[in-house]
Amino acid sequence: MTDYDVVVIGGGPAGMAAALAAEAEGAKVLVLERDTRLGGILNQCIHAGFGLHYFGEELTGPEYAARFAERVRKSSVEVCLEAMVLSLTDGREVAFLSPERGLSRIKAGAVVLAMGCRERTAGAINLPGSRPAGVYTAGAAQRLCNIEGQLVGRRVVILGSGDIGLIMARRMTLEGAKVERVIELMPYSSGLKRNIVQCLEDFGIPINYAHTVTRVVGEPRMTGLYYAPVDENRRPVTAEEKFIECDCLLLSVGLIPENDLLVGTAVERDPVTSGAVVDERRMTSVPGIFSCGNVLHVHDLVDNVSREAETAGRCAARYALAGEKAVTPAFKVTAGSGVRYALPQLLHASEDKAELFFRVDNIYRSCRIVVESGGKTLYSGRRMVVAPGEMEKVVFPLAGLSAPVTVRLEI
Amino acid sequence: MQTQVTVIGGGVVGCATADALSRAGVSVLLLEKGDDVAVGASRANSGIVHAGYDCKPGTLKARFNVRGNELMWKLADELGVPHAKCGSLVAAPEGAEDGLRELASKAELNGVRVRILSRAESLAVEPRLASCVSSCLYAPDAGVISPYKLTIRLAERAVLNGARVVTEAEVRGIAHDGENFVLTTSKGEFKSLFVINAAGAGAEAVNAAAGAESFGTEFRRGDYFVLDKLEGENVSTVIFPLPTAAGKGILVAPTADGNVIYGPTSVPEDAPDTAVTAEALAEIRRSVPLTYDRPAFGRSIRVYAGVRSIVGEDFIVRESDKVKGFFYAAGICSPGLTAAPAIAEYLAGLVLPRLTPTLHEPVVVLPHAPRLTEMSDEEINARVAADPAWGRIVCRCEKVTEAEIVAAVHSPVPALTVDAVKRRVRAGMGRCQGGFCMPRVMEIIARETGVPFSAVRKGGAGSEIAVAAVKETEND
Repeated sequence: MTDYDVVVIGGGPAGMAAALAAEAEGAKVLVLERDTRLGGILNQCIHAGFGLHYFGEELTGPEYAARFAERVRKSSVEVCLEAMVLSLTDGREVAFLSPERGLSRIKAGAVVLAMGCRERTAGAINLPGSRPAGVYTAGAAQRLCNIEGQLVGRRVVILGSGDIGLIMARRMTLEGAKVERVIELMPYSSGLKRNIVQCLEDFGIPINYAHTVTRVVGEPRMTGLYYAPVDENRRPVTAEEKFIECDCLLLSVGLIPENDLLVGTAVERDPVTSGAVVDERRMTSVPGIFSCGNVLHVHDLVDNVSREAETAGRCAARYALAGEKAVTPAFKVTAGSGVRYALPQLLHASEDKAELFFRVDNIYRSCRIVVESGGKTLYSGRRMVVAPGEMEKVVFPLAGLSAPVTVRLEI
Repeated sequence: MQTQVTVIGGGVVGCATADALSRAGVSVLLLEKGDDVAVGASRANSGIVHAGYDCKPGTLKARFNVRGNELMWKLADELGVPHAKCGSLVAAPEGAEDGLRELASKAELNGVRVRILSRAESLAVEPRLASCVSSCLYAPDAGVISPYKLTIRLAERAVLNGARVVTEAEVRGIAHDGENFVLTTSKGEFKSLFVINAAGAGAEAVNAAAGAESFGTEFRRGDYFVLDKLEGENVSTVIFPLPTAAGKGILVAPTADGNVIYGPTSVPEDAPDTAVTAEALAEIRRSVPLTYDRPAFGRSIRVYAGVRSIVGEDFIVRESDKVKGFFYAAGICSPGLTAAPAIAEYLAGLVLPRLTPTLHEPVVVLPHAPRLTEMSDEEINARVAADPAWGRIVCRCEKVTEAEIVAAVHSPVPALTVDAVKRRVRAGMGRCQGGFCMPRVMEIIARETGVPFSAVRKGGAGSEIAVAAVKETEND
């Protein structure tokens, strides 16, 4: 006996889209959201640029979230707010705590993981120096700025060129702060090209590639930092260290799918994405547990999150309502040369076409994407340029898949 | 009311001393320069309760270490401080067995239980010892404790027994008016019959202000990695290398809260500067594999450093010869945390016979601060029904509810900053390092104390999280 057909953990863009898709299949759905409202991190992303693909128009984050939240309100999807999931089992028992329902233990026909991701911290990158006020992750600064109305620095340096860091460079500038520079460890940005142009170049903010922060100075408030170029092993060349006076360092040094809940489960994880290993339905290695959005792998665009979550929600509902489909052989998808990871990591031969998402491991110009299986080319297509900040997608027919699949770049 | 004793310094020694005296019925004033207790060496050390085998026999270090270890476990239970008597190993490579035997004979003189274990026996205690480890000295009475939680809870018990804690009170002058010591501080003037200087890194300056002896303090910084709780299951014992002249060496240890630490280094400093250096972190990366197999540096969630204050080879704990009624504890480096309850016992023993305590029924067992993570389903539901704040998880990594944070803000030594909350209830101690919960914690502090959100600080004065409200920067 189950309490709900589908329990969706997380009410951000992934959770809302998954819940609506599951409901459309006729499932009884519960969304567990830890915040006081639906929308997740979109609520603090007040800049535009969302929805171009999904809605065909440019929206802000809160607008994009509101469209889905409105659909959820009009649907039969049940939402429990301020609900924190404390544990999940392979048998799809979910324990959660909320002021409204106390500690509840429920059983789900299927579970969709949609918890999003968290930011890498100063501690995680072992940032040397002092630990003063003024050092924050870009997302925390974004929340303080856009939700609480507080500016966390007047002279700002940003370490890392992830999208939130780039967005915050512009945001802090517009709020009257001086963004001194962006410092990026890699020789390229991990953010979207459009954000480099619109958030840095348009505002004359310099970016130092292949550099890093070597030391934070000041206590109790930050007073400056040292930075230096890095060698080919990404080690700082301390002889070339320079000082910048600043009262704030924002970190945009990576996002990590927040899969802490999986510790008590047998869900297999992908060491590259930190998310679950899934098949084309976005089902994990534990039957009935699905994963989508940034908890599965960090996306470039929310539009892709919504699409992926719809697949997960739809398939979760079908699983819960009809039981597991007859198992057809599944073949592994491997990232070949030039490709950092590809998703889904498993494809079933029974499908007639496949959609593969992947990220490349460097900037490549004029290259060819090749998908192969058992000596057969499933897809081959040219690209003018590919970059780690942008997710690539290929679609190809799958009829008669009989061997593992590899996606690689030909340069 | 006449203050009988002023204790200067809200570290573990000062708080333990204030606790011992106030339990005995003495009226105590505790002055702390920082914004909270436990903001110096007591918040940034290894958190080890040492067994006491390596101290030179006959020293104060040996005496207070062994006695402190005896006192610590009961104290931790009374105060509700996370701890584990997990034992320790000194891991020796082949050919260094003499070093272990030397430690074992010191242990015997100090009255500490130890055993030398073969590699196979050692592996049964700690499966992840490095392959080069051939034997170990095992001390079953060693363990770990949360050093800042111990300090805070000692201060809280002192307050419940009548002591007064004044923070952000830096002592600038100490005079005597014939009857009382007169302490001039950044928070005004205070008087008392006796003064105990437990100012840690600042002890030298406080002695100078009182005209007491100078002793020449050296500072040695120790850097650490803190690892995610996921690594907690891989380390069950404190693992030391063989000690050297520089100290006990770089250890691998579980923390009382379930994390793992690697460190500390031992780097001479001119001043108590707690900035971590890249060189020190590199040294830890090189050293850990010598005792511990498969270190998990990739799981680090934080790096930190603390500074030891060293005055020669031993602790100094005594009454001043020059200024009668003025006592000081100086050079309380390792094993200072373990020794603190014994130092407090000793100092109280010196002072008590010279004043008349008020008879009272002291608080011994501190009221337990309930934690969500320790409750049954029924207890949680009863609490949520009475107060919905128990159902609201603020820190998702450490599962800390709004109710726990509110209680910390209103505790006997109130948590008024983001870091003070963190040290009391662990909000922000987890893998996201406060990335998600910091604004919520700020909101709760602002609401509960009536300060504006923008005035909420990370820690000490000048550490406001925000610098201006949006649309109000000076460039407008």
